[in-house]
Amino acid sequence: MENVEKEPLFSAKYRKLLTNPLGQDNPITVQVLGICSALAVTVKMNPAIVMAISVMVVLAVSNVVIASLRKMIPGRIRIIVQLVVIATMVIIVDQFLKAFAFDISKQLSVFVGLIITNCIIMGRLEAFAMANKPWPAFLDGLGNAWGYGWILIVVSFFREFLGSGSIMGVPVMEKIGVYNWGYEDNGMMILPPMALITVGLIIWVQRSRNKTLIEENK
Amino acid sequence: MENLINIFVRSIFIDNMIFAYFLGMCSYLAVSKTVKTSMGLGLAVIFVLVITVPVNFLLEQYILKKGALVWLSDSFADLDLSFLSFIMFIAVIASIVQLVEMVIEKFSPALYNSLGIFLPLIAVNCAILGASLFMQEREYANIGEAAVFGLGSGVGWLLAIVALAAIREKMRYSNVPAPLRGLGITFILTGLMGIAFMSFLGITL
Repeated sequence: MENVEKEPLFSAKYRKLLTNPLGQDNPITVQVLGICSALAVTVKMNPAIVMAISVMVVLAVSNVVIASLRKMIPGRIRIIVQLVVIATMVIIVDQFLKAFAFDISKQLSVFVGLIITNCIIMGRLEAFAMANKPWPAFLDGLGNAWGYGWILIVVSFFREFLGSGSIMGVPVMEKIGVYNWGYEDNGMMILPPMALITVGLIIWVQRSRNKTLIEENK
Repeated sequence: MENLINIFVRSIFIDNMIFAYFLGMCSYLAVSKTVKTSMGLGLAVIFVLVITVPVNFLLEQYILKKGALVWLSDSFADLDLSFLSFIMFIAVIASIVQLVEMVIEKFSPALYNSLGIFLPLIAVNCAILGASLFMQEREYANIGEAAVFGLGSGVGWLLAIVALAAIREKMRYSNVPAPLRGLGITFILTGLMGIAFMSFLGITL
């Protein structure tokens, strides 16, 4: 950490590492990383939030570990080394969830394990941690996990609100009493394909606001 | 036998890796630009799944499960190593992918050249690890069921990626709203295909 002190801990460059992944470098909508485990856990908000926190812990810690080991890892076996670091972190998170949040751990089922192959983590380790010092790698990990997390939370908000009429398990719709006026939950939102369509719509909104992200028609 | 066919059909259509569980999405979205390359990746995924799921099944049965080590000595009857399953499974997958790569390179350079780039990518394809974890969660009874499940999941994945690639090839000629181009429309397409696949729900043989 000594050599970091030449630069203030939250200089403009480092702040960018935290904020860019929220918008123009978002892991899900721009880098297309980590979609695998992202969509399946967004039926309800609580599992989505737990998933986002788990990914944040795993990504930040393994980014720091790999960044501190980066000069010792031989290039040829780096993927295996990265996988071992990630898998160790995921096992810790999984055991922790099983001990303290068993219900949610059951709901997440295999998707906690799938954090191992979550492309965000491999991608950030390859692209960032292998070439940077631990502190920026830590910020990069936090930033990207946030970028992943807020998409997860937004998607799960809409799916839970429209699909089951509740927010974080609180039956909001029932309390307002809209069911008496003939309102019904949209069961479609609970089905897996709607997660994809919701993310598609988020991408649409984001890209119509930020024209630089628009892809050429190939 | 009937049971095996049932698992096969279920894993292709109902529990489709892409449409029901979103596994292997990263490579699914990135490689589905042309039918030819997506076919190659799909075949490689089937190949790796058919090998890794039964191997991991054996690991689970004889090493990881609670009391699985009894064949070594009775004193291991209470030992439960299942918390190690993530690291074991991913190690098996990474080494089998490496092995498959070397074998193909040695015996079929033509196939190697057409698959080359995709093979190492498969080690981090969520569909592969996902299939092993589902195998563990659903507790298949014997190695035959596990192998058929691996094969079925692979075929389902291949079907999905080839279908998407075919649609994307045609889409080049259509006028998509600018902000939706590329990634956005692909997400929505996959969602619509998923809804279509839901019509298979409830089929049992």
